[in-house]
Amino acid sequence: MTDWQPSAREQERRQVRRGLHRRSLTLASAATVVVFGLLALGTVSSPGWPSVQELFFNADHAREALPSIWEAFWINVKLFMIAEPLILILGLAVALARQARTPVLTPVRLLAVFYTDLFRGVPTILLVVLFAFGMPALQLQGVPNSLFFWALVALVISYGAYVAEVFRAGIESIHPSQLASAETLGLSRAQAMRYVVVPQAVRRVVPPLLNDFVSLQKDTALVSTVGIFDAAFAARDYANYNFNYTSLVVVAVFFIALTIPLARLTDRLQRRLVERERAGAR
Amino acid sequence: MSGLLHVAGLRKSYGDKVVLADIDLDVAAGDVVCLIGSSGSGKSTLLRCLNLLEEVDDGVIEFQGREISDPRVDQREVRSRMGMVFQAYNLFPHLTVLDNITLAPRKVHGVGRREAKARALELLEQFGLADKAQAHPDQLSGGQQQRVALVRALATGPSLLLLDEITAALDPELVGDVLASVRELAAEGTTMVLATHEMAFARDVATRVCFLHDGRILEQGTPAEIFTAPREERTRQFLSRVLHPGHEASEGSGA
Repeated sequence: MTDWQPSAREQERRQVRRGLHRRSLTLASAATVVVFGLLALGTVSSPGWPSVQELFFNADHAREALPSIWEAFWINVKLFMIAEPLILILGLAVALARQARTPVLTPVRLLAVFYTDLFRGVPTILLVVLFAFGMPALQLQGVPNSLFFWALVALVISYGAYVAEVFRAGIESIHPSQLASAETLGLSRAQAMRYVVVPQAVRRVVPPLLNDFVSLQKDTALVSTVGIFDAAFAARDYANYNFNYTSLVVVAVFFIALTIPLARLTDRLQRRLVERERAGAR
Repeated sequence: MSGLLHVAGLRKSYGDKVVLADIDLDVAAGDVVCLIGSSGSGKSTLLRCLNLLEEVDDGVIEFQGREISDPRVDQREVRSRMGMVFQAYNLFPHLTVLDNITLAPRKVHGVGRREAKARALELLEQFGLADKAQAHPDQLSGGQQQRVALVRALATGPSLLLLDEITAALDPELVGDVLASVRELAAEGTTMVLATHEMAFARDVATRVCFLHDGRILEQGTPAEIFTAPREERTRQFLSRVLHPGHEASEGSGA
């Protein structure tokens, strides 16, 4: 009774399943090879390919441009490493301010609405230029006047507005019954937000948040418009000097290499959360 | 082989944990089979296996004379001939009641919009929900939602209806409405396999009752046999627990 042996029918069924599995694997590999093969073939066999290869995919130029891009890339890394936590804090604060229901906080709420409307509407590139050139001209006391600082502030303010909206969507997607049951436990509205609504909302918005961060990592290249010597600037510098655009491809690869690990990490975290919360419920 | 559904030697396990073992079950057209047993005894898993929501580890399930536990079988085709209703209703919150009901007839069975709507309204009428056709599920009470879920499962004209503890999430006063609907279906001759905790209902409606314990059908028979003269000690214990909660409490039906 306890030591069960699969029946003949089950053995046969397993064999069929294995066969079906093998077939779908073969099909997947074949489809992949064909599609990517055709894409590669189409590119390489195009009439202008040799000159494109020389101009954009030249190994010598890539090697030569690499050190200066590598060095300048640190600026981009520094920018988003500092900006991302600040954006998260700002975005969440603005989203929460919009949810505030206390009468005295009405001005804060209005300010939050105004902030998102304004800064989501202005192109990030304009914000970077306006902040980096305009703010130092104010000759404010006690704040740094470097281009880097104000470009960073522009990125934070611009992306803070987007992220605030993402958080708000997440908060509003949590069913009102959650807030109600928190309130019946005697939690204040702020506590209900802090311990019940926001944790669920954050989980739900991780994918769109990641999306914004990937976008931010690329947009750190916008600081090159105000003359900050970041990776994009270095690449363009090299391209202009040598009449070869391989350096631009190299910098593109840098940015891709930066975003992919982040995407995989977030996928993993997200999956783990989902598995834990939905264990057994399908 | 003449029956509608034939299950033999069904086994299901999750890793080392065996949830169902040696399940034999025959359902003929017009049968109402009630699965009873404590939580975790395997009632829901059995229903999910029948609907091919779970891959079985051994045994055979035949439905309308064809083996459906074969991996090569078209699962969607099989499911289009079965209906299933869940404990938590599982209605689609973004669709109106009418759209919930007509989705499968229109998209799976290719019924025209007008015809699907007419059939849905007819069923809603029958279940006393005619005025709710344009409502969204969240605007309805739990009992109403569950009756909509029943209508949704019936709208495709399935040959077999699987009901998984459909009253377990409802208020006692709403349970009656839903059970009345099921009773009506049983009277019409709808073939059903249902997991339930409503013993009085099972006794009333079932043509056969199966008592599950630790993933096995320990005992099956007519309601009279199971409820008045159970053979197994386990069955007796279970029944006295659910029929007389609080030990030796008043007569009458449990829960």
